[in-house]
Amino acid sequence: MASDNMKMRAQLKGDVTEVKVLMSHPMETGRKKDDFDRLIPAHFVQLVTATLNGKTVLEAQWGTGISKNPYLTFRLSGAKTGDTIEVTWHDNLGETATQNITVT
Amino acid sequence: MQRRDFVKLVFGAFTLAFILPKNALAAIWNKAAFETTQLNEAEKNLEVNGEKLSQDILITVPDKAENGAIVQVEVKSNILNTETISIFVEKNPTPLIAHFKFSNGAEPFVVTRIKMAETSDVKVVVKAGNEYFMNAKNVVVLENGCG
Repeated sequence: MASDNMKMRAQLKGDVTEVKVLMSHPMETGRKKDDFDRLIPAHFVQLVTATLNGKTVLEAQWGTGISKNPYLTFRLSGAKTGDTIEVTWHDNLGETATQNITVT
Repeated sequence: MQRRDFVKLVFGAFTLAFILPKNALAAIWNKAAFETTQLNEAEKNLEVNGEKLSQDILITVPDKAENGAIVQVEVKSNILNTETISIFVEKNPTPLIAHFKFSNGAEPFVVTRIKMAETSDVKVVVKAGNEYFMNAKNVVVLENGCG
């Protein structure tokens, strides 16, 4: 899927790598109504996984309570400059996006 | 190759390619915990039990949120062997917000932005080994962000 779907940054600070991720997603709860008073169907990210050089480091399950255009920061110890971090999300409608970044 | 074998093979490939990943995803997502409107039900579905209050769970949230649609939450656990961090908003329509599982050198630390319907406690539950710990912080919400 489109690579502009996710913005990522991974910076090594001391011996900890801080990874920041901004996803583009409506995160509809299924409780909101449109201008014509019709319910907007739920559409939200359910699963986010992150890997470091192919090894899983973070698995997140999300509900509808995460804000629109989800933001996430996590920290890894043991990552080095040049390592690859990949983040993938899956939503309740079967859509998915993947993005990777090199640690700097 | 016999025709029926070919058909079986094609069906098998379809099953593997399309049906399995969906089922795998559905199996990972804890539907019961995320869809319940009761905090204690959500915790029960995550198998939380005997949680102890711990000041080693550091929660950084604003005291007051103008707009409940975006409330930044930072959670850091100083509890040894923290495996998971779960975030709940007690008074949201569905209290369980997120459940994070850490492995292979990920620090028990997350920052994310959440929706809050009204003034409520933000509750964090940490699993370490077979033990559960919790801490909570109240956020005053001026405008409903759950729409």
